[in-house]
Amino acid sequence: MVDVDPNARKDWISTLAKAAPARLAGLIGALPAHDLLRPAEVGAVMVRGRIGGTGAPFNLGEMSVTRCSVRLVDGTVGHAWVQGRDKDHALRAAVVDALMQTRDAQDIQARVIAPLAEEALRTRAARAEKAAATKVEFFTMVRGEDL
Amino acid sequence: MYVAVKGGERAIDNAHAWLAEERRGDTAIPELTVAQIRSQMALAVNRVMAEGSLFDPDLAALAIKQARGDLIEAVFLIRAYRTTLPRLGASNPVDTGAMQPDRRISATFKDLPGGQVLGPTFDYTHRLLDFALMAGGATRTSPQRQEEAPPSPLAGEGRGGGVPQPVPHVTEILNRDGLIEALAASDATPPDLTREPMELPADRALRLQALARGDEGFVLSMAYSTQRGYGRTHAFVGELRIGRVAVEVDIPELGFAVEIGEIEVTECETVNQFKGSKTEPPQFTRGYGLVLGQSERKAISMSLVDRALRWKELGEDNIGAPAQDEEFVLMHCDNIQATGFLEHIKLPHYVDFQAELELVRRLRAEATALREAAE
Repeated sequence: MVDVDPNARKDWISTLAKAAPARLAGLIGALPAHDLLRPAEVGAVMVRGRIGGTGAPFNLGEMSVTRCSVRLVDGTVGHAWVQGRDKDHALRAAVVDALMQTRDAQDIQARVIAPLAEEALRTRAARAEKAAATKVEFFTMVRGEDL
Repeated sequence: MYVAVKGGERAIDNAHAWLAEERRGDTAIPELTVAQIRSQMALAVNRVMAEGSLFDPDLAALAIKQARGDLIEAVFLIRAYRTTLPRLGASNPVDTGAMQPDRRISATFKDLPGGQVLGPTFDYTHRLLDFALMAGGATRTSPQRQEEAPPSPLAGEGRGGGVPQPVPHVTEILNRDGLIEALAASDATPPDLTREPMELPADRALRLQALARGDEGFVLSMAYSTQRGYGRTHAFVGELRIGRVAVEVDIPELGFAVEIGEIEVTECETVNQFKGSKTEPPQFTRGYGLVLGQSERKAISMSLVDRALRWKELGEDNIGAPAQDEEFVLMHCDNIQATGFLEHIKLPHYVDFQAELELVRRLRAEATALREAAE
């Protein structure tokens, strides 16, 4: 175990959760030995919104979520909560969270987290570009009687 | 009253086997995959997620396939499935202001900060059948932003993308000048109709939950009735936005909140006329709609109905319009409750009907006897 910055951990757990399962599987490859503290479990999270966007909370609807907790041989514990029902995704994300708290962190950061984060950013930017291409300027027409 | 019946197992098995065969249809035609439904019938998938009240595009697509395209049956399958899921927690309220919008329009301000972004819309299409789709023609691809297009607030300024910037809510513009009612922010735990039966009168949070999962057709008709004069609220679409929002959940084992995913939502804020009262100066009021997935018809409808249901809080007259009647709207907007009660009358009611039959026969016999006695 090495010292871990909670904000950095928050970011990598989120990056892992939002990754496409197949992409994460491809990047991490074979998983190191680990015990299952909590085998992957599928459940639901109630998603809340706010009245008027900024007011009091209300329940919008649920989304499916899978969570998993593991312990590496050296005792490091990793947790994952991921959207959807892919148990392998949750397991991989939990193992990577544990690895990111070990001496392998730098390697995993470069090999797994950084590519995932960069791809997520690229996807967002590409979508924003498409949206920007549909930006319009409406002109109010002047009616004849005003001329 | 429905009375349990026994027997008919073989007929039921055979009926379900035939259903499976009919679902598959002509085997000379390739079978649809769930992935095809998810990506090419996306708005049907969105509707099933919204009314099934579970954001999971794969499951919604599977439900549509299983239900042979009957969307209410698909919603039913999703509602049944979601009851099997343990509730792992609740998210922090999603921040729609931080959304990267695919679409964002306003009917009230032409030149709003952040601009009008049409997104992948049916608006301004000619509603002519496109026979090229039938012939399997090539799909148009979406162009990237052009050099001459105005710079977008969405992707930094200038070309080349970058981190998309959040776009402010239109109603904030009115709010700054005090021209629209203020919203009291709070972190109160909202009521949840999936946990406790709905009780009336319902507060606004409970009404919004019911409307968000309510039947699109019902909510649309209620909203339309207000436009035609049954509880008119003079709504303008202040803003309509569609895009992805991050879902952040407090993870108990970590002790901090993490963004565990992203969902697509549609949000509509209406700006409505308000005359003012003895205590309040004249100002605009708000209606609000938020729906899972891309579903702007539903979001606009929801915001109109939300506003109509606020008549008491805003000191307006109850003119007896259906859309002002909380019990009428909330108790009838759920299509699974409605279809369950409606369709159960086709199931065996033999004992019930037998009693009615006996009664009618007896009354007829008595009437005949009376007539004969009189003659």
